[in-house]
Amino acid sequence: MAILKWTHRPFGVDLADDFIRLQREMNRLLSAAGGRPGVNLVRTSGVYPALNLSEDAENLYLRAELPGIEPEQIDLSIEGDSLTIRGQRTISEADKKVNYHRRERESGYFRRVLTLPSPIDHTKVAAAAKNGVLTITLPKAEAAKPRQIKVAAA
Amino acid sequence: MSEKEIQVKDKMELTEQEEHTQPGPVFVPDVDIYEDQSALTLVADMPGVDGDHIEIDTKDNHLIIVGHITPAAGEGEHVLLKEYNEGRFHRKFVLADIIDQEKISATMKNGVLTLVLPKIERAKPRKIAVTIG
Repeated sequence: MAILKWTHRPFGVDLADDFIRLQREMNRLLSAAGGRPGVNLVRTSGVYPALNLSEDAENLYLRAELPGIEPEQIDLSIEGDSLTIRGQRTISEADKKVNYHRRERESGYFRRVLTLPSPIDHTKVAAAAKNGVLTITLPKAEAAKPRQIKVAAA
Repeated sequence: MSEKEIQVKDKMELTEQEEHTQPGPVFVPDVDIYEDQSALTLVADMPGVDGDHIEIDTKDNHLIIVGHITPAAGEGEHVLLKEYNEGRFHRKFVLADIIDQEKISATMKNGVLTLVLPKIERAKPRKIAVTIG
């Protein structure tokens, strides 16, 4: 007597695999299209914290969301064109004798290096933390600032 | 070092079915909830939200937290690298009957919201002494 395993699928395993592949492909296409309007595509480096970098004519601005981290627990250093952010996030309740219903916030240390896209003036770098968002203002070196060049009529 | 390294994770977008009247992305804040004898404490990470731009509503045993952000970027900035998006925070919880809704208190510090939800008197544990007769 032939015995069928309970995992047997009438269409065969190959077809099920095809569906999984199709689903994966659709997900990839949808996420490449940017998902819902209003959300820009983000690229992550896989290292905490996630950083946003922007620039204007004078400065580079580097921002990171670091909620619950005291400014003095953040350690910044610049060497050449690489900027290092290190720090520690501690969750104070962890030691207390309490019972958790949910635990989604993470604690631990972090260290991240970012290569800056243009030379900066090391002496004038400023950092400020507000509402858990760290903003580092990096003034561009004179050579990196855009300069208008006048075209002289011959 | 005994402490673990924090892993980066994508901010989770709200997938609720309700429509929002304001445009822009809405995120679900990471939350810790812990309980001791007298209260439940809810801690939510809401970077970029200050104390004046947070709404906490309790209605029909639902606790709704909404945090509005002020965009961090100034005028005329050109984006070079974008690893996270900014947007409102929204999260909804169902409150148990043991919470004294009148006495909920909230504090905001460094982008972290702490809500203390005190328990009503009868829900607090009581030690009952047994007398041997």
